[in-house]
Amino acid sequence: MTPHKPLHLKTFLMIAVMVIAGPLGNVLLGKGMKHMGDLTLWPPPELLHTALRIFASPSIWLGIASLVTFMLAYMLVLSWADYSFVQPASSLAYGVVALLGYLMLGERVSPLRWAGIAVICLGVFVVGRTNPRTTEPSNEGTSLA
Amino acid sequence: MKQLILFALIVVAGTGGELCVSRAMKQVGEATSFHPLEIAKVILRALRLPWMWVGVGMMATAFFALLGALSMYNVSFVVPVTALSYVAGAFGGLAFLNERVSRQRWLGVLLVAIGVTLVFLGNR
Repeated sequence: MTPHKPLHLKTFLMIAVMVIAGPLGNVLLGKGMKHMGDLTLWPPPELLHTALRIFASPSIWLGIASLVTFMLAYMLVLSWADYSFVQPASSLAYGVVALLGYLMLGERVSPLRWAGIAVICLGVFVVGRTNPRTTEPSNEGTSLA
Repeated sequence: MKQLILFALIVVAGTGGELCVSRAMKQVGEATSFHPLEIAKVILRALRLPWMWVGVGMMATAFFALLGALSMYNVSFVVPVTALSYVAGAFGGLAFLNERVSRQRWLGVLLVAIGVTLVFLGNR
């Protein structure tokens, strides 16, 4: 185990972007899909029509943009911070998505659902604190000059 | 039933897609710099691998299944349930990539499964 490095501002910022942009993207997708009504998938012309209807929604595009932002922040932060540090922090996203769903879309979140989400966050946190690499001895990091 | 199929698609196709892409990227090798030219080369090499196409196809399937689920259920229900991908990931890594899964990781996976069960019960 290496000693903990101080939390840099840019790491904190990137994790904040991840924890907000990821859930925000999902909530925007939810906002776009909520009023789509029945999605007909067959025959093929109907499928095309449904796809066009989905991608005509601004919320869907904003959601995709937000998820792309999340992916970029995730990949960037992993280029300098440890996965075992970033991943547990991102477990917060499951709480944030419920909070945003409640605030932005007026979803009713029952106490049991909140409890389940809290347990999921804890579980994802525990998964992330484990060694992310088991297939070969970790000598990478020296290979990157 | 529809619910089950959609969530199974999101979790299994999503995790399966990531496993395939991960397998392809291991074949491609490490990106040595973030120079745009180097990144373009890595992408071109990746696109020649069948695993990459299988992976991208599965991830696209998972994305559309997610859209389908969101058209029927609240996002505060759908997204927590997709945490089941940690359960699928543990089993998938074990079977498909020969990874060892530590006892602590199994504990986390178990917690995720309990949490998802609570979310389902809270939806009644």
